[in-house]
Amino acid sequence: MPSLKDLKTRIESVKSTRKITKAMQMVAAAKLRRAQDAAEMSRPYTEKFNAVMGKLAESVGDAENAPRLLAGTGSDQTHLLVVMTAERGLCGGFNGNIAKLAKVRADELKGQGKTVKILTVGKKGRDALRRDYGDLLIDHIDMTEVKHVGYNDAKAIAEDLLARFEDGQFDVATIFFSRFENVITQVPTAQQVVPASYERADDDAKAGGSTVYDYEPDEQAILADLLPRGVATQIFSALLENGASEQGARMSAMDNATRNAGEMIDKLTIQYNRTRQAVITNELIEIISGAEAL
Amino acid sequence: MADTVQFDLVSPERRLASGPVTQVLIPGAEGDMVAMPDHAPVITSLRPGILRMDGPDGSDEYVVTGGFAEISADGITVLAERSLHRGDVTQAHYDEMLGEAREAYEKAQTVFENEPGPVDDAAKVLADMVAVGDHINLDPALGKD
Repeated sequence: MPSLKDLKTRIESVKSTRKITKAMQMVAAAKLRRAQDAAEMSRPYTEKFNAVMGKLAESVGDAENAPRLLAGTGSDQTHLLVVMTAERGLCGGFNGNIAKLAKVRADELKGQGKTVKILTVGKKGRDALRRDYGDLLIDHIDMTEVKHVGYNDAKAIAEDLLARFEDGQFDVATIFFSRFENVITQVPTAQQVVPASYERADDDAKAGGSTVYDYEPDEQAILADLLPRGVATQIFSALLENGASEQGARMSAMDNATRNAGEMIDKLTIQYNRTRQAVITNELIEIISGAEAL
Repeated sequence: MADTVQFDLVSPERRLASGPVTQVLIPGAEGDMVAMPDHAPVITSLRPGILRMDGPDGSDEYVVTGGFAEISADGITVLAERSLHRGDVTQAHYDEMLGEAREAYEKAQTVFENEPGPVDDAAKVLADMVAVGDHINLDPALGKD
């Protein structure tokens, strides 16, 4: 049975833990709002971009001399998994879920006899994958210094990726990130970026009489210009989704932690009071039995 | 014929401008073009330059560094990789953009030593960037190291 002093110290320590988790939750809530705003701001660009790419892909995609970024290398032997996670922990299952999805995919590909390479963005993903897949990790992109994800960060990652593609280091690249649904739900998602897969204009648009566009300079040149941008755009929106997801996950994780700490304090306080009462009773018994003995 | 057409200028990070315009001057890759209502559908890539929009409430200018524009019956959409309101461009911004163009040019010179194509493209981007500086009265020379 712990002594009264022990219990008191424990209650104090749980109380200060609760203060910390509460503060983290509130910080995460504020950051979440900003991250969500950023994700929302980028949406018009991404949507428009994908729409135009869909149109372009439709008109050029099947041509024999379509760019390799769209048509692929003709092989799918080497897969590059780009695992994008957070730089910090304490955000529930956020990092773990992304890593798990990547692991499942890596095992699946290895089972099919493909070569798998892993590129990690964000420290936590690297830590999670290093033990089991250490030999597959080819590089790591550090985002510790990045406070607010900007388009340039995404562009840098995309350029790195494209340089490797040009170099023939991989045939297919897939990015792993967490799509933000709401504060409670974040869905780990895998999305293929190279070769690009754009949704062809849907049937509604076709039925509505698809517009025939003029292209300046020409379709091929525009496509060659846009495909690398497309990779950057996809990575950028993945980074933003990830940012919002991370804060959302942290917020709910810290909310849970705060609640648990509260429950623990209640339990400990009851135990403390009971123990105190037991001590008092004990002393009374001693006094009474002492008096009776006289 | 409609007097105005819906115009949107968006960058990956935010929507910069949106509203009805009577005409837009777009710095297309193959030369400036003015898009007015009922323009034929065109998709063009952009070069670094000044984008001017004339609307019912007066005109406005933005500096764009690249991207592309889609002109359709629904409206004109410019997707700029990086874009700033002309008034917001400081010498520091301009130096940064110019520095990037210069870097890209130097990189192209070393990477594509025997291929004139990419080097010429990078040189053109750099020249366009210098021209932008002249246009908005910022000194391209200051950007040099």
